[in-house]
Amino acid sequence: MIRIEEVEYIYPNGCKALDGISLEIEKGEVVALMGENGAGKTTLLKHLNGLLKPTKGRVLINGTDTREATIASLSKKVGLVFQNAEDMFFSSTVWEEVAFALRNFGYEEEVVRKRVEWALKFMELEKYADQSPFILSGGEKKRLALAIILAWSPDVVALDEPTTGQDQLQKEKLMEMIKLLNTQGRTVIVSSHDVEFIAQLRPRIILMKQGRIIADGRAEEIFLEEELLRSCNLLPPQIVSLTTRLEFIGIKPSLSHPKHVAEEILSKLGKPAP
Amino acid sequence: MCGVDRRKTRDARGENKTLKLIEVKDLSFRYSGSDSYALKNVNLSISEGEFVVLAGKSGCGKTTLLRCLNGLIPHFYEGDFSGTVKIDGMETSKNPPHILAQTAGMVFQNPDNQLFALTVEADIAFPLENLGLPRDVIRERVEWALRLLNISELRDRSPFELSGGQKQKVAIASVIAMKPKILLLDEPTSSLDPLSAKNLIDSIVELNKKERLTIIISEHRLELLLPHADRLIIMDEGEIIYNGDPRKILEKDLLIYGVSMPKVSEVARYVNAVNHSIFKEIPLTVEEFVQALRRYLDDKDRGG
Repeated sequence: MIRIEEVEYIYPNGCKALDGISLEIEKGEVVALMGENGAGKTTLLKHLNGLLKPTKGRVLINGTDTREATIASLSKKVGLVFQNAEDMFFSSTVWEEVAFALRNFGYEEEVVRKRVEWALKFMELEKYADQSPFILSGGEKKRLALAIILAWSPDVVALDEPTTGQDQLQKEKLMEMIKLLNTQGRTVIVSSHDVEFIAQLRPRIILMKQGRIIADGRAEEIFLEEELLRSCNLLPPQIVSLTTRLEFIGIKPSLSHPKHVAEEILSKLGKPAP
Repeated sequence: MCGVDRRKTRDARGENKTLKLIEVKDLSFRYSGSDSYALKNVNLSISEGEFVVLAGKSGCGKTTLLRCLNGLIPHFYEGDFSGTVKIDGMETSKNPPHILAQTAGMVFQNPDNQLFALTVEADIAFPLENLGLPRDVIRERVEWALRLLNISELRDRSPFELSGGQKQKVAIASVIAMKPKILLLDEPTSSLDPLSAKNLIDSIVELNKKERLTIIISEHRLELLLPHADRLIIMDEGEIIYNGDPRKILEKDLLIYGVSMPKVSEVARYVNAVNHSIFKEIPLTVEEFVQALRRYLDDKDRGG
């Protein structure tokens, strides 16, 4: 589905942002790109819809080389939600904001109407259809940015740092949304350094540092590697730090749900004294 | 007047226990153009040297409250303002922001809005030059601020080539160089990676411990902050819902207020629901959790 072959990318100012990335992502996977600011996460995401073309190597989306396709045709397959997408709103209503790209793709007005309605409903924004996008709260703006992308139903949804500045309720909603998109068979790729959020999502993790991939595995494994995480300016999830310290009652380090850890502790301690 | 003298007067005043540094009475505020009140009848008092964490959903009024504490509201934001806010005895609505800024300094979410000079040193010195302080005092204050934030080696760098965490430290240094009594921080770690966030919070904790700076910080990442907090305030729809000891407040269910509690506290709550003799109070760190568990096992051994 997505095949990245020995990709290098050098920005016009000479900064090498990607330094030999090879990666395959299957249809229907949920993948988190993790690493410190400047590791190359956003640069890599921008290669998926052709916004950036590799300086060396190649990126294949469903077999199509991104250097031989237009951004418009790639965007139909890979919808990228920027970290500050809400800064780019320009329409006078929420409805128009979602309809804009659909019209650009050349859909008939009837199809545009149906798709806008569906996307706004899906993101719980239908009550704002006739309002200005600028009156929305931060969390609603994030949902609108996602609605715009979902309206044309891309196979791959890529989200750049979606949890920045979001409170826990909004994060839980985002989590549900990602799971829902995934059950529809879509591939979801999230770039993030929000360890606790990714710990809850439990995706495949691709750890990046200085333009390279330094680890690729399940969250349950990667998050147990404290040294590796620290080398990328990340910290282990708190539940891992806790279970790492509970060996004296026979509990092994793991990325478990807090409730399971509590149950394990209670069973190790036996019945409370009457 | 040099900074040392001001600290003396501050310490002398600090001994007066009855004087609150911040007094908020019946504060309400509605931004013009908005239908609803961003703050509704808020009452709050904070003593010198306290470390206060503000939490709650996005849009709950945290930022608006912080803006009221340094006079940005009502001076720069239009709207309906009622009630009184006093900082160090000054009523904010009756004193101009540049005077209030010397008592309550604010650090914003995005440090790029706060930094503009060609070097880090110049950025920190700028507000001091505006105050018309003598050269040697400015130099002394800049050194002091650089040292406290552990960024002396950055002095000649351009703020624009720094990492997010470094920028945020420079922004804090430029605020504390004014020697305010209160440091207000609005989600200062929101765009930082976890290790940089921890590093920044460690610096803020030191300012509180070493300099007795009063800290009021709004944040979503509570696991890094709560171990150091004297007080947790939870807001919802412009009102203060909880205000007190974080350990007591964490016994409640906080998700409805958009607050994520530290995972160790969550595990302890699940344990407590079955066996409440293990955690006498909700732990805020892994260390506290492990110690409580060991203590329980020791007591059990001795008892049985």
